[in-house]
Amino acid sequence: MIRLPPFAYRRPTDLADAAAMLAGEGPETRLVAGGTDLWPNLKRRHQQASTVISLMGIQGLAGVEETEDGGLRIGATTPLSTVADHPVVRWRYPGLSRAIDSISSPPLRNMGTIGGNLCVDTRCTYYNQSEEWRRSINYCMKAAGEICWVAPSSPRCWAHSASDSAPMLAALEAEVELVSTRGSRRIPLPQMYQDDGIEYLAKQPDEILTTIYLPATSDAAHCRSSFWKLRRRGSIDFAVMSTATTLWLDGHGRVERAAIYLGAVASFPKPADKAVERLIGEIPTPELLDQVSELARRKATPMDNTDFQAQWRKAVAGKYIRAALREALGMDPELLAPKHQAGGTPTS
Amino acid sequence: MQADTTTQTLDINGERRTVCFPSHHTLLEVLREECGLTGTKHGCELGECGACTVLVDGEAVLSCLVLTAEVGERPIETVEGLQDGNALHPLQTTFADLGAAQCGYCTPGILMAAKSLLAHNAAPSRPEIREALSGNLCRCTGYHKIVEAVEGASVLLRGEAWEPEAETIYGHDVDS
Ligand SMILES: Cc1cc2nc3c(=O)[nH]c(=O)nc-3n(C[C@H](O)[C@H](O)[C@H](O)COP(=O)(O)OP(=O)(O)OC[C@H]3O[C@@H](n4cnc5c(N)ncnc54)[C@H](O)[C@@H]3O)c2cc1C
Ligand code: SF4
Ligand code: FES
Ligand code: FES
Repeated sequence: MIRLPPFAYRRPTDLADAAAMLAGEGPETRLVAGGTDLWPNLKRRHQQASTVISLMGIQGLAGVEETEDGGLRIGATTPLSTVADHPVVRWRYPGLSRAIDSISSPPLRNMGTIGGNLCVDTRCTYYNQSEEWRRSINYCMKAAGEICWVAPSSPRCWAHSASDSAPMLAALEAEVELVSTRGSRRIPLPQMYQDDGIEYLAKQPDEILTTIYLPATSDAAHCRSSFWKLRRRGSIDFAVMSTATTLWLDGHGRVERAAIYLGAVASFPKPADKAVERLIGEIPTPELLDQVSELARRKATPMDNTDFQAQWRKAVAGKYIRAALREALGMDPELLAPKHQAGGTPTS
Repeated sequence: MQADTTTQTLDINGERRTVCFPSHHTLLEVLREECGLTGTKHGCELGECGACTVLVDGEAVLSCLVLTAEVGERPIETVEGLQDGNALHPLQTTFADLGAAQCGYCTPGILMAAKSLLAHNAAPSRPEIREALSGNLCRCTGYHKIVEAVEGASVLLRGEAWEPEAETIYGHDVDS
């Protein structure tokens, strides 16, 4: 048996108590929600914990409900399957259901939470290995070692974001609420991340993610969204690359606003700004979408730290971005749908 | 570090048991080691194979990644609870009749994942069965028999008659 290391276990029922327990503690006091990321990381000794504070007993932290301004609020500890299967999410935010349906496997989606998914640890081939494997290469900079095996002369870690909901929620202009003993703040989701494989969260360690807000203007009545994920198998595997797209069109089919985010190619959901700029004000034609996908593909500069070769990933990224854009616009994606999409209703 | 312990009454297969266990132990460890219920298997222990699947509140979860202390009084179902006295559960019947278990290591997890599917969907299509079992790896069967067995069990559970399809090799009857 691979066992968890011993730790003190706390299960507060009140958010203020949880925030107080976390305040002033070091990195060895960790939060847990579904545990589907923390437990494997502790089992393989990637992460250490002397105290674990569970968020699952806190009243009012789970649930999906429509807000007064017509948007949606999702509690951080809502299980992934509950979010994806919620009729309002399926109907109004189908891109989000699609992204979540592509995460891990059905039992893991019953266990993992949406908040945990947004805070999930970054990944790398040299890191997500057993303790014995990592010891044999003298570890790496992300945990217990000195150098980065992906870019040995680099002063930083290039581990990539593993979350599938993050790029989609970013493209849907979601905001998150963070609570600590110092108060609470609400920020656009992309601001929760930063460009570093180790310190990938710009969220402070004492802040608890409590709520995800989706604006009314991101629902299927206002925009079209799509999510494509590349991985080896149709289930269980993490993304090797993903792309989330949202397009807001005016009455003449002209792009008013757009968002394209790439997953698993950086430590944060990476925006493809130049590609978006090229789209704005245009009526999308297949030729334009080819150009836009090429611009977005240049933003995908994956390191050699996942399944598949980096060069191949980069080339396929262009095809996936193009497929997502075409699909969002109701054109044939001209690419076999990844397995998780079989039978699903892809676009809004 | 001195491990915290937890004493808790668990509801396992409809039976209440008070168990004392280290607070950092998973449901997989407590089921197998404290309760002697070794029907639930350990494979990867990292969430990647599904061998340890059990039901909590009727939902399929991976017991290797569930902290027992989190389960509380919610009902737990394991493979040991499937049969009713001497009567096999329809899933067990069809798995046995079709040879959907070979080495059998993945079988308890698959039976539990399938049980949860059939509780939510009385007449699942084959793609729906495949999707529901997509967190469970099997190295032996090639999955086809498993999908057929789950489909057969859904027929039996609906109270309809079910016969295993005749075995063929490249379309020819095996017995002729
Ligand atoms: C086999 C396998 C396959 C997987 N495949 C995928 C995949 O394809 N795509 C994907 O995105 N993920 C995948 N995952 C990772 C994981 O299951 C999901 O990301 C899941 O949503 C994590 O949620 P959780 O509640 O279980 O997180 P936890 O493990 O509870 O927490 C994850 C991290 O976030 C922190 N945290 C959790 N909740 C909060 C909060 N509310 N506020 C502040 N910090 C918090 C924790 O301290 C921890 O560091 C996979 C995991 C496994 C084991
Ligand atoms: S990118 Fe480098 S430092 Fe980061 S996890 Fe991989 S090998 Fe380690
Ligand atoms: S042992 Fe739990 S998923 Fe493999
Ligand atoms: S029967 Fe052997 S692993 Fe499935």
